[in-house]
Amino acid sequence: MTATLERPAAARRVGAGTGPGRRRLRNRLTVLAFVAPAIIGFLVFFGYPLLATIFFSFTRADGLNPPVWVGLRNYVHLFVNDPVGRTAALNTLWLALVLTLLRVVFALGTASVLVRVRTGVGFFRTLFYLPSLAPPVAATLAFVFLFNPGTGPVNTALRWLGVDSPPGWFTDPTWAKPSLTLLMLWVSGELMIIMLAALLDVPVELHEAAALDGAGPLRRFWHVTLPSISPVLLFGVVNSVILALQFFTQAMVASAVAAGSADVVGNSKTLGYPGNATMTFPIWLYQQGFRQFNMGYAAAMCVLLFLVSFAGTAVLIRQMRNTSGLGEAR
Amino acid sequence: MGSSCRPRHLSILMATLVTGLIGTACTTGGGVTTQPAPAPAPDEQVTVSVWSNFAHRELNGLNKVLDGFRAKHPNFTVESQGSQDDDKITQAIRGGNPPDVAISFATDFLGQFCSSGAWQDLGPYLERDAVDLDQIPDAVRDYTQYKGVRCAMPLLADVYGLYYNKELFDRAGISGPPKTLSELREMAERLTEFNPDGSIRVAGFVPDLKFYNHRPQMLAPHWGAHWQRADGTSGLSADPAWREFFTWHKELVDFYGRQRLSQFLASAGQQYSADNAFQQGKVAMMIDGEYRTAFIDEFTPDLPYGTAPFPVADDQPDRYGTGYTTGTIIGIPRGAKNPGAAWELVSYLTTDTDALVELANSIKNVPTTKSALTSPKLSVDENFRTFLEIFAHPRLVSSPASPNGGAYVKFTEDFATRYLSGEVSDLDEGLRKLDEQINAHNELSGN
Repeated sequence: MTATLERPAAARRVGAGTGPGRRRLRNRLTVLAFVAPAIIGFLVFFGYPLLATIFFSFTRADGLNPPVWVGLRNYVHLFVNDPVGRTAALNTLWLALVLTLLRVVFALGTASVLVRVRTGVGFFRTLFYLPSLAPPVAATLAFVFLFNPGTGPVNTALRWLGVDSPPGWFTDPTWAKPSLTLLMLWVSGELMIIMLAALLDVPVELHEAAALDGAGPLRRFWHVTLPSISPVLLFGVVNSVILALQFFTQAMVASAVAAGSADVVGNSKTLGYPGNATMTFPIWLYQQGFRQFNMGYAAAMCVLLFLVSFAGTAVLIRQMRNTSGLGEAR
Repeated sequence: MGSSCRPRHLSILMATLVTGLIGTACTTGGGVTTQPAPAPAPDEQVTVSVWSNFAHRELNGLNKVLDGFRAKHPNFTVESQGSQDDDKITQAIRGGNPPDVAISFATDFLGQFCSSGAWQDLGPYLERDAVDLDQIPDAVRDYTQYKGVRCAMPLLADVYGLYYNKELFDRAGISGPPKTLSELREMAERLTEFNPDGSIRVAGFVPDLKFYNHRPQMLAPHWGAHWQRADGTSGLSADPAWREFFTWHKELVDFYGRQRLSQFLASAGQQYSADNAFQQGKVAMMIDGEYRTAFIDEFTPDLPYGTAPFPVADDQPDRYGTGYTTGTIIGIPRGAKNPGAAWELVSYLTTDTDALVELANSIKNVPTTKSALTSPKLSVDENFRTFLEIFAHPRLVSSPASPNGGAYVKFTEDFATRYLSGEVSDLDEGLRKLDEQINAHNELSGN
């Protein structure tokens, strides 16, 4: 098979600006017309907001008046003068590492168990998937009440089991982020279902061949299952990292409920409660842009978050391609 | 050549478009009014939209007062929308589609509203209609203006005082509420009851500075602490009263034990619910606003409680009787469609004695004009009267308006949490760094 789209150079010269040229222009316009919705969507909903955000990050803007150019001042403040921003960044980094790792492992572990269940398959899959359908605010409210250190059933059970000083969960700065992580694991049914589908897709004959070669369950899992599902694992990791970098609703609600002021979510006393342990980067960003009128500063935080997300995702994809050979498959 | 030029033209076109869009982005339409808009003629039909964060019982109270306005102005249609918090109001202004009248529960955003012109300057209206601002107490006038621009009028005030449980006082053999901070400390310890396992059953007074309304801005005036220096910069490290303030709380935290106190707070119940710890008899004394009397009436009418001015520093007895005030504010957003009509409604709600009294009676807030405060129609019981007296005190205090949504309060509360948990060993150095943090953040806002 050879392509027949190329024409002799002489023919191209003769055709320039005449019939074939118009036809080529028409072809291009037709193609452009078909891709125009995607291009317009990209420019309006991504390109323009991105450029505008970068522009605003160099200004003092409140969203109410014309922005004032301040150069790098917002970035200097972010890196030098904002301890709350630094705490928020560290909290988000903590979530990006711990939550990502545990979420992928938990989803994969649950799926690995479910894939072996022979009776009541539908019941157990539904049971594990169901929490992910709960609205985030409702799920968080329920979770915080369940884990209330004084009156919640979790600590009551722990005391009954002989634990003298059970954790303070959402009210203790040390335990607040692990508590949020537990909440996110509870609602990770969506990723679990995707992992389950990937595990069911692993060819049985590969396992059989490996077993014949004397590989045990662990070796088969490591050398057969994991390479087979590596694209899904990559998706799980990237999805979890982005989830962690955008972590907002659950932290906002949990802090307000734990502070005893569920009806004034976003109030300065509830933000990040306890002791800014639940203050995530997006929450501080929102606070700056929409409550403290530092829209330019919030834009600088957005740019930083975008760069970190972009770099993190790029590194993950490159790393995964290197280890799984995905690059060669293309 | 022709084909290579097209992308360049396209790039130039796109760059121009993007630059233009960026240049105009995020700025609201409509200018700032310098001349007052005329009131609508009596036969002109107008619709005025009102946004507030009132809900349930309180929204019904506001709507009844608005009905009274409609009865006096039949050509007005008033559309009242509740559950609209400051974020939504601000976004509506930014989006160029604000209500005609905005009501905000807090004064945190006032500095920004006034300085940016997001809420229109009401000065021209007040001057045109010769409104007597002397009818409004000084502290209230302060928290409704910023650097000389009055962009809001007060619509009822919140005043903070001491609530105490009489039954728990009797049980501890205490005859009356404390008047000084050392008395408060001593009574707090006497009133505290522990369970056999050492956990707190009843807390005399909770020294956590994020507990309900036990917040620095409500409490600090009783220590005589000031937020700012004369030049407007943060002055916490320069005022010894702040040192006393934090030390007093830390000593009481140490009395309870941080761990036990945290455990107690975790099961204290939500602030604005029937489970509120004071209403449940788990806290013997607390600082709160006058509106708590309405919550107690609604949720726990049999609670044996009393109210009093909050105790003051031992060396400043002349402060006793006063307190902290803030309140609901009302204004006309930039871009309001009917500013002239909006002012008629704002003026009615904030200066008409009967309207203010009716609203105050309905939601149990303190009316904000002197004539409304002395109106015989104002429903006043023994507990509510305390707050009227505090409000009438000449040394009533409010928080300084800030241009960044009260960021200094957030930073101070964060510092308090760290100090009370023992993370900060050098209080003076900590306060100095806190000042730096607040000042740096204010500079970010261009102030």
